[in-house]
Amino acid sequence: MVLTLNPSMKKLVDSDTGTVSREIFWSKELYDQEMEQVFNRSWLFVGHVSQIPNPGDFVLSRMGEEGVIVSLDRQGKVCVSLNSCRHRGNRVCRYDEGNSFAHVCSFHGWTYDPSGALVALPFNEHGYDEMDMGKWGLKQARVELFHGSIWATWDKTAPSFHEYLGGADMYLASGLLHTDGSDNGSAVLGGVVKWRLGCNWKVPCPDTDTTHGWITHRSMALALGVGPTGNPVKPEIDRSQSVGQRRSRYTVSFPEGHTMGVTIPEMDDPSWAASGVWDDKPIIREYLREKFELRKEKLGLAAHLSVGPAIFPNEGWLGRVVRVMHPAGPAMTEIWTYFFVDQDAPTEVKDALASYYEHWYGPGGMTQQDDMENWYALTMASKGPVAQRLDLNYQMRISEPPIHGPSEFGLPGLFAHNYSDENHRRFYQRWAEVMQAKDWGEMAPTGSAALKPGATLFQGSGK
Amino acid sequence: MAELLSNEEIRLRLEVEDFLYNEADLLDEHRYEEWLDLFTDDARYYAPMKRNVSSKDMSRELTTETHDMSWFDEGKETLKMRVAQIRTNVHWAEEPLSRVSHFVSNVRLLDSSASEVGPAEIRVKCRFMVYKNRMEDEESTWIGKRIDTLRRVDGRWKISRREIHIDQNVMLSKNLTNFF
Repeated sequence: MVLTLNPSMKKLVDSDTGTVSREIFWSKELYDQEMEQVFNRSWLFVGHVSQIPNPGDFVLSRMGEEGVIVSLDRQGKVCVSLNSCRHRGNRVCRYDEGNSFAHVCSFHGWTYDPSGALVALPFNEHGYDEMDMGKWGLKQARVELFHGSIWATWDKTAPSFHEYLGGADMYLASGLLHTDGSDNGSAVLGGVVKWRLGCNWKVPCPDTDTTHGWITHRSMALALGVGPTGNPVKPEIDRSQSVGQRRSRYTVSFPEGHTMGVTIPEMDDPSWAASGVWDDKPIIREYLREKFELRKEKLGLAAHLSVGPAIFPNEGWLGRVVRVMHPAGPAMTEIWTYFFVDQDAPTEVKDALASYYEHWYGPGGMTQQDDMENWYALTMASKGPVAQRLDLNYQMRISEPPIHGPSEFGLPGLFAHNYSDENHRRFYQRWAEVMQAKDWGEMAPTGSAALKPGATLFQGSGK
Repeated sequence: MAELLSNEEIRLRLEVEDFLYNEADLLDEHRYEEWLDLFTDDARYYAPMKRNVSSKDMSRELTTETHDMSWFDEGKETLKMRVAQIRTNVHWAEEPLSRVSHFVSNVRLLDSSASEVGPAEIRVKCRFMVYKNRMEDEESTWIGKRIDTLRRVDGRWKISRREIHIDQNVMLSKNLTNFF
């Protein structure tokens, strides 16, 4: 069943005209609706198993505006509990991370184990008439693990995470693998980088905004001769004048609202080691080169797929960096950023990558600083009643969506021109559907971009 | 402790304070190239993050220099890159330049290593408050501690290491475009 947007929703998001109302970035009413419709029903990224290797380990995370405890129980199961005491609602865990088998509420002492079960109840003996402690544990989210990443939803009726991905699973997996292509070899560096920014959570989504870099990040090309990831570029190239299709590079989206950029891989594509980023650090370059050779042996062409898709609604990637846009009010976002390395990489490689990440990404990152400036400024310039009535333009290449359907290249997803707003249109269309739909039945995505059954990877024409 | 300071100690303290106040002026007057000259070529400029951890476990409060993320993890080369970026005129996060004031207080000399001409290297701890005012009405304030290692190079003090402890957990500013 395909959901038709009702007139009031179509007024906010119109994929036919490629316009989006600025109301969706400021309205408190729509924001409250988002918390219910989008954040309480979607699968959300809450962390990675490398953060909690031992039973009792926990880290705090967020789902929408609400805090959750992500922990490993005695049986080695990952549990995600709402961090709010069932007694009087107090915050139970007050530490960002640690190890504990007894999370004691500081108000009256109700005590929960890593699986959220209420295990100690002061005054129980005479104070409560046979209260069923089993009914008063911390609210548990549904949890699924995907190549070490931890996803959670409050919705019992939501499809499985695999189904939710709609065929984007191979891209998401590619970002989570070890550089050598093996599974479960990635780890999050210590210290999730968190900062607050005055914009709506949707403003940084989706993060495959291919047409902003030439001007937003122009200072890096001019001053340093590098692009947004520190890769050498020629500053004299003015991207505003060269918007042709880059060789086999596409913006790729799924009806489920997931978006990404994909380069059709070829076996002789250069790896990150050869990008020029590591020319002054031969040890790192050599490590990456060596591991990438193993990846090619293991995965063939798929070795070059290191995509890192933005999973609807609020997860996104930059290289091997996951960032999550947590809503904190209509015009406030708390961005949490997770930096991945190979778990078994030598110390000097991990350190070099940590420094590299810090130079370009996060609040101090030379790349991201200028993104935040624009995201904040556009928010403030869109607040007034006159601006609010002017729709935003997402019309780039609207007449050619998508130029290749799923399986054309033997890869899942809907492939559009590298320089187009197709990913944004897809994201906002999905947002509107989820905002309107009563239940997951109504939310069924409009078609599928999964690889067709029986299709073989990389067998398409690639033209 | 209230120990009496010797004349040499008083002189050194004044010298260090003057160095730090001069540095603050260079930054607040956007004289970044002169500010870079205050660092040795092998300088390290490092700002760990602060985690909320159990008070029994305070050794884990700061993220560590190896394997952990930080707000800043710079050498002189990347500090130079940041200055070059600001000077392009199109580094939008600092275009136009923000108004910034650095306050330095609680200056104390922690320890020093001696040489024939007086201390060769000293460690200095201070508090800082950095106020940033941007465009019409944007404000940020950062308060924290700084631990500097100053090295005597050709008769002048230079910063060979700066550790910046910002008293925040979630960074409450949209970006970190200024120097500490």
